[in-house]
Amino acid sequence: MIEPWHYQVVSALLFMTGVLGVLIRRNVIVMAMCIELMLNGANLSLVAFSRMWGNHDGQIFVFMVIVVAAVEVAVGLAIIIRLIANRDSLNIEDTNLLKW
Amino acid sequence: MFDHVNESLRWIPFLPLIGAMVSGIWLIFARNELPRPLVIALGCLTPILAFALSMWCVFQLATTFPAGERFFTDNLYTWISAGDFHAELSFLLDPLSAVMILVVTGVGSLIHIYSIGYMDEDHRDDRGFQRFFCYMNLFTFLMLMLVLGDNLLVLFVGWEGVGLCSYLLIGFWYLDDHNAMCGQKAFVVNRIGDFGFLLGIFVLFWAFFQAGHPTIEFHAMREYVGEIAQREVALPAWLGFLPGFPTWSLLTLAGLLFFLGACGKSAQLPLYVWLPDAMAGPTPVSALIHAATMVTAGVYMVCRLSFIYSLAPGALATVAWVGGLTALFAATIALCQKDIKKILAYSTVSQLGYMFLAAGVASYSAAIFHLVTHAFFKALLFLGAGSVILGVHHEQNIDLMGGLRRRMPWTHLTFLVGVLTIAGLPPFAAFFSKDEILLGVNLAHDVPGHMVLWGMALVTAALTACYMLRLYFLTFTGECRAPIQVRSHIREQPTVILGPLFVLAGLSVLGGLAGLPNAYGETFFGIPRSNSLYYFLEESAASAHHEVTHAREFLLAGGAVLIALAGVATAALLYYYRTDLVPKLTAVVRPLYRLVWNKYYVDELYQKTIVRPLLRVSDAFFYRTVDVRIIDRIGVDGTAKVVRDIADRGLKLAQTGLTQSYVFVMLLGSVILIAYFVRGL
Repeated sequence: MIEPWHYQVVSALLFMTGVLGVLIRRNVIVMAMCIELMLNGANLSLVAFSRMWGNHDGQIFVFMVIVVAAVEVAVGLAIIIRLIANRDSLNIEDTNLLKW
Repeated sequence: MFDHVNESLRWIPFLPLIGAMVSGIWLIFARNELPRPLVIALGCLTPILAFALSMWCVFQLATTFPAGERFFTDNLYTWISAGDFHAELSFLLDPLSAVMILVVTGVGSLIHIYSIGYMDEDHRDDRGFQRFFCYMNLFTFLMLMLVLGDNLLVLFVGWEGVGLCSYLLIGFWYLDDHNAMCGQKAFVVNRIGDFGFLLGIFVLFWAFFQAGHPTIEFHAMREYVGEIAQREVALPAWLGFLPGFPTWSLLTLAGLLFFLGACGKSAQLPLYVWLPDAMAGPTPVSALIHAATMVTAGVYMVCRLSFIYSLAPGALATVAWVGGLTALFAATIALCQKDIKKILAYSTVSQLGYMFLAAGVASYSAAIFHLVTHAFFKALLFLGAGSVILGVHHEQNIDLMGGLRRRMPWTHLTFLVGVLTIAGLPPFAAFFSKDEILLGVNLAHDVPGHMVLWGMALVTAALTACYMLRLYFLTFTGECRAPIQVRSHIREQPTVILGPLFVLAGLSVLGGLAGLPNAYGETFFGIPRSNSLYYFLEESAASAHHEVTHAREFLLAGGAVLIALAGVATAALLYYYRTDLVPKLTAVVRPLYRLVWNKYYVDELYQKTIVRPLLRVSDAFFYRTVDVRIIDRIGVDGTAKVVRDIADRGLKLAQTGLTQSYVFVMLLGSVILIAYFVRGL
């Protein structure tokens, strides 16, 4: 029998994978994908709780997150394309002009 | 029981407000004026409708209730509520405010109609015409707030508001620097008075609050005023020269503070200096604001607070003496001026002094009576002067007028009625009102030096007759002294200007019937209690009652008429029959003449002792030290410098430029926040 906490464990694993990816990886595209992972981790948790309590609020929220994620990908990819055009590189550490 | 609530009351002030708002908002957002007929309809119809509504309300007031219970209230909403204290935005119509709203809306409507003709020519191309009516309507609204206000705060709102409108309208032709300066002077001098007025409100509220009645509403204050009548306030040691030191009655203090406000608004000594300069505004403004309505607000306020003044004889005597001195002082200045509007301005100051003199001897009904008749004849005189000024192409110097009787016959006729009225000749209106004032002063045994005051009032009456007749003779009789190119163009004015003059002239003749003294009513018409104004006002402001025989009343009136006739005769001799005497006479009393011609150098004195030192302190201390050194250098620049230094010395190192370090810090922050909310750390 799969209990709610099983979902929470998977959700937490997904989320932490995303966090670590953003923190450790230097490739901008990979970082963007890791952000998507974090969002999906949160989504899973929301759906699981929604089912557990038997109401639909959490699922509606998930739709919202998916829409925002889609928009965010559009903006993020546009930024990445500009980065490649300007820096000729996908390494985030090459983009460091805004500092002291 | 009677129903004292009347919700139509609020529309009396709100109608002119609608006019002001529509034309004002249009002016803010649109490039052009509204079509001229619409401006006229908005500007003039709203005060006229307010007048009609006032008539209806006052009629209901007089007929519905028995004497002693006449009042209507209209409560809009609670404006301020703090603990037990509530200030309502509410209006009160009682006999006193009834008289005032009829004057404000009635005379105001006539002046609005007159303005159509007066302002038309100069404002064909700019947006001045609509702006003018916007301000005038706004003024009417605020003046009605002032007289209808049910408590001191609403009165104060109106009080400040009319001051603002006065400023806007004095500087109406603001492109001329002089006009703008005159507006500023009026505003600043009024501020001094308002300071006293505000302190008066505080003192009164504080006293009532301590007595357990936190109220500023007129009816309630009147009911409880007995409970604070015995309160005393200790004076600080440096005021040891004042009479009554070391303690004053609290009501005396409050009365004097309120009177300081009245001195500013109603142009009494020592704050009268702004009114003659206020003549820089258009002439209808001088008629409406600086003669008929706003400047009488001080008199209204003293009568409204008569329950306080009646318990504060010291304050009341001050009112009487300041009024009497101002009346005499301003009348002497008016004797020598050459600007037609300045003469009328000093005359207004003098007549306002008369009203305060009446209020100061507790003849409140006489003060209001004179206020009403003065509104009629002084508006008439100003509007007549405006007609003359238009006729001679914006010339105000009476040395360049003369002989206008044949060229402007109707203006001449109405102006003559105004002159005879202000001179106090029977049977014109001001004869009765002045008579009642003189009688009240003559009988006021509890005012110190009342016979001196009476003598001063008589001299003032003679001077008034003299300077007004001088003005009349120099303007309308003799040879025309206008420049030759102007002379052939002097014409009578159109009906829109003459109409209000005729109505006001009629009121100046007949207005005395409202308060016909009992002696005249009983002797000549067989009507007992003919002084209906006195009985009508009794419940709002109970005047001192004097038992006096008719014989004595007639004797006093006869003396006053003789004295006025002496003034008339002097003026006629000097300015009509023997005009050659004037230069000789002025040569004989040259130093005195120069002193009076220069208005006793009061403006120069204020300039030297108050304005200049104040400007110097402002410049050296408040500007160069406080503003530049402290606020600018330490406050503004200093704050920026401190922030910059802190950032420069280390805070900027947080900006690494490494995206992932930012992510890390953000994550850390989130973890801390979540931990805080989950564990309640």
